[in-house]
Amino acid sequence: MTQYEGITRRGMLGLVGAAAATVPLDSGAAGAQAASGEVTVRMTVNGSATSLTVDPRVTLLDALRERLQLTGTKKGCDRGQCGACTVHVDGRRVVSCLTLLATLDGASVTTIEGLADGDRLHPLQQAFIEHDGFQCGFCTPGQIMSAAAVIAEGGARTDAEIREQMSGNICRCSAYPGILAAIRQARTEMR
Amino acid sequence: MDFLRPTSLADALSAKADQPEAVPIAGGTDVMVELNFDHRRPSALLDLTRVPELATWEPTADGGTRLGAGVPYTRIITELGARLPGLAMAARTVGSPQIRNRGTVGGNLGAASPAGDTHPVLLAVDAAVELRSVRGTRVVPVREFYTGVKRSVLASDELITAVLLPRAGGPQQFSKVGTRNAMVIAVCSFGLALHPGDGTVGTGIGSAGPTPLRATEAEWFLTGELADGDLWESPKPLTDSVRRRFGELVAEAAAPIDDVRGSAAYRRHALSVLARRTLGWAWQDYRTGGDQRCA
Repeated sequence: MTQYEGITRRGMLGLVGAAAATVPLDSGAAGAQAASGEVTVRMTVNGSATSLTVDPRVTLLDALRERLQLTGTKKGCDRGQCGACTVHVDGRRVVSCLTLLATLDGASVTTIEGLADGDRLHPLQQAFIEHDGFQCGFCTPGQIMSAAAVIAEGGARTDAEIREQMSGNICRCSAYPGILAAIRQARTEMR
Repeated sequence: MDFLRPTSLADALSAKADQPEAVPIAGGTDVMVELNFDHRRPSALLDLTRVPELATWEPTADGGTRLGAGVPYTRIITELGARLPGLAMAARTVGSPQIRNRGTVGGNLGAASPAGDTHPVLLAVDAAVELRSVRGTRVVPVREFYTGVKRSVLASDELITAVLLPRAGGPQQFSKVGTRNAMVIAVCSFGLALHPGDGTVGTGIGSAGPTPLRATEAEWFLTGELADGDLWESPKPLTDSVRRRFGELVAEAAAPIDDVRGSAAYRRHALSVLARRTLGWAWQDYRTGGDQRCA
């Protein structure tokens, strides 16, 4: 891996993000657009109050990964087709690549990093491990966030229903039988 | 780029009047793809997610429904399955569960893609689109709304505020052909509504022409067959020949092209099958009094 003075690419992005976050907000009013064209968005991410000032075109996905260093949420297709970037906004699952950060002022966002209870894995995370619900793991954060919403919505009553409700999440390694088994197990544990 | 965040309809209409080039964005599931891939660089975005007037639906005096343009598909499925059975069926096929939590009928109409999933049903039930601007409000029948590929009668200072749908007086159906169970742009799609009250039927064809289309000849044919046989009053199973002819007339009404999703010939064939099947389901539903409706 190429490193410059010990700073990895991810560390570099982290520094940039941290620097940007210290820029004072011009008016302090949430929802205001600064003269620079950037917008300030205040929201709760995994339980922590967060304020970001961004270009209005920035997606929730890019803000999570490149500004908040929450890289658990993956960028697969950037067009809503693969589901790898699924997170919860105000309790509902959305694809973060098609969600503009600027529309989320006041929203509450939960990502894969916010699912576990400290060092204790969420029942779905544990079940994915026990049932081999992944191979390469790239789609897994999106699969788990999607599955958590499906179970919370009560939409995981039968195998057919789980398959239908999970149809927005693709796994190129085709770990579908393991994913199905994991959701079935977690469904019981989460009730 | 300007980012406009109105919190009331009045403010949204003023903003659109001041900056007609602003691109309205609700769920964002269509606009965002264009932004992410730099297919479009709007000078301003008009965020409609904070306009409460767009996010509600209510019954109308004549038994119909006024559906706010910003109500997401998930709510149409969970709250309106009985009132708007055809639209709810189409909503279930939109994108994926994640997309349905954000996407809206207003967005489907604003994009006016011939492949949009709600258009065939809106045509079949003879819905109308409510358009507002600071100049006032107008209501356009959806049958006159689409003017070309991704073109509509929407003026640059107008916003789509609601869709007006008549009461469902009979069974409705929607069916679509695609390569995957989620995130599919329709190869072709078909919507059907039976109107026992006045003895007519409505149709809508998707993804098989420059705009969503009605199959007018097919509607006349079926209306005539049902009247001649006194079938509304004493419903018998439809003959194969009637169902087949209906399918053929729907296929003839389409104006498809060859593209990456399918050939024109395949689309015509598939449409004839979709039309025949949806008619079979809807008529069975009518004959059994809707007992088997799964809306």
